Amino acid sequence: MNKILVSGKVEGIVLKSNDPINFLGTVDKKTGVISDKNHPLFEKPIKDTILVFPSGVGSSVGAYTIYSIKSNNAAPLAMICKKVDLTVATGCALANIPLITISDEEFLSIKNGIKMSLDTDSSTLSVHQ
Amino acid sequence: MELTREEESALKGEQGETMQMAYRILVATGEATDAEKLIPIEWAHLSGVNYNTIGDAGEELLSSISKDARVTVKTTLNPMGFDIDNVSNYNLDENFISKQLSIRNSYETMGVIPSFSCIPYEIFDIPKNGTQVAFAESNAAIHANSYDNLKTNKESAFSALASAIIGKSPYSSLRKEDTPNITIQMKVKNPNELTYGMLGFYAGKIGDTSVNISGLGEMDQRQCKAMCGGMGTSGTCAKFNFGEGDSNTEKIDFDEKEMQNVHDELNTSEKGDLITLGSPQLGLDEISDLTTKLKGRSFQKRCMVFLPRTVKEQAQKIGYITELERAGCEILADCCTCLTPLISKDDVDAVTTNSIKGAFYLKNSNGVDVNLKSLTQIVEDETR
Repeated sequence: MNKILVSGKVEGIVLKSNDPINFLGTVDKKTGVISDKNHPLFEKPIKDTILVFPSGVGSSVGAYTIYSIKSNNAAPLAMICKKVDLTVATGCALANIPLITISDEEFLSIKNGIKMSLDTDSSTLSVHQ
Repeated sequence: MELTREEESALKGEQGETMQMAYRILVATGEATDAEKLIPIEWAHLSGVNYNTIGDAGEELLSSISKDARVTVKTTLNPMGFDIDNVSNYNLDENFISKQLSIRNSYETMGVIPSFSCIPYEIFDIPKNGTQVAFAESNAAIHANSYDNLKTNKESAFSALASAIIGKSPYSSLRKEDTPNITIQMKVKNPNELTYGMLGFYAGKIGDTSVNISGLGEMDQRQCKAMCGGMGTSGTCAKFNFGEGDSNTEKIDFDEKEMQNVHDELNTSEKGDLITLGSPQLGLDEISDLTTKLKGRSFQKRCMVFLPRTVKEQAQKIGYITELERAGCEILADCCTCLTPLISKDDVDAVTTNSIKGAFYLKNSNGVDVNLKSLTQIVEDETR
């Protein structure tokens, strides 16, 4: 774990993307489903997952999308990035979604579909066997 | 990040919930961008105005915080969803209109100047060189850093709002002197604004916080805006440094092949049912040029022209608006192509535009196909 942007403690299933996410326009703000045909997570819901992706990209209004997704109970439990952009950081800060960054090695080691737990107080990120 | 005693107390909630929320946002932003402190800013420009993008969650949030939050520095505002003067010509429901007016009211209550423009750098006076500002609109942040000698992060809607309320912003990398490690060499001959938009889109994909850019030649305002708009759409990068950079930078060519790749990604139709001009909104020079180009000609299909209200008022006095309306243009103030609720895939299959930023959002958010053409080509093909 490199940085803790928003603290919290969660446990859930990883949904991983190797491509960045542009929250504005590519994530449905009511359902939390990825609506961009060119995105590897197309048609996947991000609700109640631990969403692992390299970084957010695109318009700053994407922060409101994160807040909307949370208000509509369609948000991830936590987000984990390699690099944090301002849209994701502030969207998560307002919506109170735990957000951390990790190293390239840690990113590579996390596989889609595994169960993980995150606790920022003790700085632990672990895989359930 | 180091906070002063007063800042710490606000973060703990001792100055009320709104200040606590604002500080929590700036602290997350500061941690994200390796800032060591907060510094004063003189101007904030907010995004998150269009009901089409912020939805009920945004409308409710703004309505709630506007009860006690007030901006403490000059604060300007991005476009909203429609032009109130002609909204009845478009098929927008009552709910959209009332929610949008609530958002407008919340911002005005907080003391924000209702400019409804994504080109604040063109319609307001630019402060002295090196002034620290906080611009959320991506094309405006890039323009401010690259062309206006201002300093801003590529703020999010929330960090700009928090900065407007607190009057401070994290002292992050783009506010300091930075040296990009990538230089993009422009190799495409005879570029128009579409080429520069694609160059910006390409640069945004490969740059991190800033890029060097060389081989540009003389550019007009339309081309500069297109490049900033393109870059803001595709990545996190928020500054062009003009020149080759030093010998250690990685050199990357933007050539015909790279341009074709961007074109193929965004151009999904050979023709459009209607035309949109403006994303970013058109300034007075562009309106003047458009009027000249359309002399004695008329559009054969609908053409929506987006501009700030102040530009519309100036253009009206000079007589440009009458001339553009004669040529078949629909003139829309206070709103923009980007994330417009005025174009629906129920009525429209494809849109012709010269905007890379517009193309990206028309395709991904409105769900319509896009036909990319330069303005000169649009006038040649679509008017008689």
